[in-house]
Parts: sequence; structure tokens; C-alpha cells
Amino acid sequence: MIETKRLGRTIDGTAILNDITVAFSKPGMYGIIGPNGAGKTTLLRLLSGVDRPTEGEVLLDGKPISAIARKQLARTVAVVQQGGLPPVGYSVRDTVALGRYPYQGWFGDEKEDAGPLIDEALLRMELMHLSDRRLDSLSGGERQRVALAQMMVQNPRVMLLDEPTTYLDIGFQLQLLDIVLEWQRERGMIVIAVLHDLNLASLYCDEMIVMKNGMMYASGSPKQIVTSELVRSVYGAEADVIEHPDGGAPQIVLRRSGAKRSTPQWMDHEVKQTIMG
Amino acid sequence: MSAVYGGASLLLLIVSVGFCVSIGSAGLSVSDVWGILLHEATGISIGGPWPSSDVAIVIQLRLSRVVLALLVGACLAAAGAGFQGVLRNPLADPYTLGVASGSSVGAAFIILFGFQSLIGLWTIPIVAFATGAATLFAVFALARSKGVMAIETLILAGVIVQSFFGAFVSFMVSMSQGVVNQILYWLMGSLALRSWDHTYMLLPFALIGIPIMIYHSHRLNLFAYGERHAAHLGVHVERTKLIVLVGATLLTAAAVSVSGVIGFVGLVVPHLLRLLVGSDYRRLVPLSAIGGGIFVLWADTLARTALSPREIQLGVVTAIIGAPFFALLLYRHKSGRGGIKT
Repeated sequence: MIETKRLGRTIDGTAILNDITVAFSKPGMYGIIGPNGAGKTTLLRLLSGVDRPTEGEVLLDGKPISAIARKQLARTVAVVQQGGLPPVGYSVRDTVALGRYPYQGWFGDEKEDAGPLIDEALLRMELMHLSDRRLDSLSGGERQRVALAQMMVQNPRVMLLDEPTTYLDIGFQLQLLDIVLEWQRERGMIVIAVLHDLNLASLYCDEMIVMKNGMMYASGSPKQIVTSELVRSVYGAEADVIEHPDGGAPQIVLRRSGAKRSTPQWMDHEVKQTIMG
Repeated sequence: MSAVYGGASLLLLIVSVGFCVSIGSAGLSVSDVWGILLHEATGISIGGPWPSSDVAIVIQLRLSRVVLALLVGACLAAAGAGFQGVLRNPLADPYTLGVASGSSVGAAFIILFGFQSLIGLWTIPIVAFATGAATLFAVFALARSKGVMAIETLILAGVIVQSFFGAFVSFMVSMSQGVVNQILYWLMGSLALRSWDHTYMLLPFALIGIPIMIYHSHRLNLFAYGERHAAHLGVHVERTKLIVLVGATLLTAAAVSVSGVIGFVGLVVPHLLRLLVGSDYRRLVPLSAIGGGIFVLWADTLARTALSPREIQLGVVTAIIGAPFFALLLYRHKSGRGGIKT
């Protein structure tokens, strides 16, 4: 379980993140949504333990994340960054194998042979035929799959994804989230993903967290979160909400007229009341 | 695979040493050279006896110079691989970063003004390390913009610092009692007139610095994916960076202390090896150390025999090979063909 206590981050006197207290206690898919500059990536980076908060703390299984050794942390928490892996000169197989780093000795040796584990990840991500190709010869979507395969062999309990579907076309977006969901259910992981697309988030997430201006604005199930009011007050856009034909997840349909950029203060308050109770 | 590469490189090393120790301007025959070496190493005499001047030529001049060339090359190439890995910059090496020039300021100051024994045998390399590290710091400060160091900007900063310190060293030589020839020595490096003492001075730094580079080589593989991603995979990024930068600077400073500035070794050797054995730093770092030794050994043999009995500066030889190579790397990097990437 991973949780934050009054988490804040201030850079050069500007508060980017403010007073975030949230607990991801059960296995499941958690989506973080919100407009650009709301602090989503900042929150994810603090959860990863690589960036340090200026206020509050992140706890992993009750222990301050800053007190956990890097390798030990990497066995529990894995991250796919925005934009995925860079186009480097290493092969797909070598890249995926690096996911074993936290389990290895100083020269990359491991007690048990990680070969079968790597094969399984390559197979699952449909990368077997590309395994000797160099990353700099792959498309963005393929590199994103390599990043997931690397994460798979890292075998974490907590998975942090920062906009994993950006730059992918819709076919790959669905494929990627299908794989993540299936894998999450199989291993009972906590998956926390920053998602840009509200409809995708609603379709795949068990719980959603809405960020606005560096604060947590709302949280709850997709049914509680995805409403016309919320879209208006958080994004300043007009939208209708309809039910998805499979399973009834709320889906937004944007309306063309009157995309308001600012919202009156009373609206914020009222929406918060309805949503957070 | 690794065993094959290791074996092949060691074989090449032995052949190179055997060849380079056998040729020179003194006109000794190959059988005399090997007879002397065998006699000195094991006490067994085949042929001989040899006049003591011949023994001195082989042991004190040739063998010591061969060993020193190997050590200098190993230090510079291992440092180059380390710099490239930790900075994720294919153009980085002790010379292009200006660290070699920075180290030469400290070393030249100590030697020219006679402070050699200030803190014992290792005064020169330690002072060279201090000025080399300060230089690296200055180059970073010059190159960094909003927390990012662009690949070309870093090298540009290195070149600026390098030309400044080159001028500064020349100025110091002019101010001291030294001869003008010494300027050439500091700017273009040489292994002429060195002795076993120089080998003893360099050896401990090589024995500490190169294993440090090898120990961190696996982590350098992860650095290639970006510092943040390396951290996500469990690397202690700041610690690794500091150790590798300090280690590479130490190796550079020690090499410069005994040989002056010899350019491009740390650039040419790791990149040629990348073409042969791939980008895995676990192979690249140890093989660079061996390959760097071989490269400098051959360059030095060329330097002392090509215009025999006159010598060419060793740095001239490595620059003639290295500078076009550097240009090729820059071109490839700019055109984004990605032939060589770190």
C-alpha cells in the first residue's frame, strides 16, 4: 500500500503541489486526471520516491519512502515515464533485461536465470520478433511496449504510469491499457496512471483522482467523478455524459458551444460538496 | 562471448608489447632484446652476455616506456568510457571536456616551480586532480542551462576552457626557467625521457581508478536511458555520478601528470570498441582499458620511430588520428544516423 500525508512541493517559491493526502490501499487501477499544470506528473514523481517533497511524506507499507534503499524500492515500485524509453542503441532484449537490475549483484549477476522471465515478457508484449532490434529503430508505440516489458520483469507491486497512451494511436492505446489491466488483475497490483483521456480513464479505472491547481479536487469511482459539472468546473468545457454500452462506464461527449475558460468560485464549492460528500 | 573478446584483446596486447619493445633507434637485434628480457625476468641466459648499456636500453628505456604507454592509454580510455557513460555524451572524453588541460595546469605548476615533494611522491597527480576536478566543475557550470547540458554545448565549453588553460600553461612555462620545448610537451604530450619512477607514480591511480570504472560499468548501461529512469530501476544516481566523475578525473589527472596532454584516446578507443563489441559497458570499460593501452603503445612507437632519431610528440600522433575521428562522430551525431550512440 502506498499513501501520502499532507504532501507538498514548492519550487522557487511556487507551490506546485499542495496538501495531498491520499491512500492507495487496495490493488486496483487508479487514474489521476486533471488539466495541464495541475500537478499530476509532480505527484507521480513524488510517489516514485525519486523526487523529494518539500512538505509531508510518502509512505510505502507504512515506511517513509525516503528511508527505503533505491534497489529495494525498485523491487516494489516501477515507473513508466511520459514519452516512454528514449531511442538508445541497446537491443530490445538487453533493455528488457535491465528490469532485473534491482535483483542483481554488482556485475549484473543473478541467483536464478532470468531468461524465462524475460522471454515471457517479450512474448506477452508481442516483442519476440523485435528482440534483437535496437530501440532507436522502433516506433514510439513499440518502445512503449518495451518499457512495459521491462516493467514486467521488474515485477513490482506498485506501478506508476505517466500518460502511457500519449503519442499512441487509438488502437495501441486500447491494446496497452488492456495489457495493463489484465496484468493488474492477474498479480493484484496497485496501478496508478496519469491519464489525459477522461473516457479511457473512466473505462479502465476502478478509482479516479481529480487534480486542479496542485490540489486534490475530488476522488471516487468513475460514476461519481465523470459528470458534466466536474468537466465544466475543472476543465472549463461543456460536456454531456452518456453510459458506455459495455458495463455503463460514464463517457463524455464534448459540446461545441461556450467552452468557458473560467468558473465562478461558488461552482467549485458546490461541486465539491456533491462529489466528496 | 566476453571471454572471447577478453582473450583476443589480451593476445593483441601481448603481441603489441612484443613488437614494440623490439623496435627502436638503438639498433639492437630482436634476439638481443628478447635475450635480455628473458635474462632479466628469469635469470636464464640464451646468447649474451650483453653490454650493460644494451641492458639499460632495453630495461630502463624501452620496457619502461612500453609499460608507461600501456598505463597512460588504459587510464585515458577508461576515463573516456566513464565520461561518455555518465554524461550520456558520445563526444565526451578527458581531452574534449577540458579535464586533461585543467589537470596539466596543476601538474605543470608543481613541476615548473619545483614543488614536487610538497606532499610526497604523489604531489603532482593529486594537485593535477584538484585542478582537473575544478575544471570539470567550471565546464559544467558553463554548459548547463536550466538544468540541462546539451551535447555540443558541453564540448564547446570544454574547448573554451581547454584553450584558456593551454595558454595559461604556456605562460607558466615562459615564466619559469624551463625551455620552450616544455610548452610542446605539456600541450602535445610525450613519453620521452620518462623512467620507471613515472610508472610507479601512475600505477596506484590506475589500480584504483580502473576497477572503480569497471565496478560501475553495469550502472552506466542504465544511465543510457536517462538519469530518472536509472533511478526508477534502482540505481543510486547521484552517488554513481559522483564516483564515476571523480574516478575518471583522477585517471585523467594521473595520466596527464606523467605524459602531458594526449588527446582523443578516450574518444577513439571506446567508440571503435562499440563498433566491435556493442554498447554494453560491462564489456566496454575493461576492453577500453586494454585497447587504450594498445592504442597509445602503437601511437608512441610510431612517435619515436617514424622520424628516428627525432621524436614526434605523442599528442601529435593521437590528434592526427583522433581529430578526424571526432569530426566523424560529430557529423554522425548531427545527422542523427545513430551509428554510434551512448
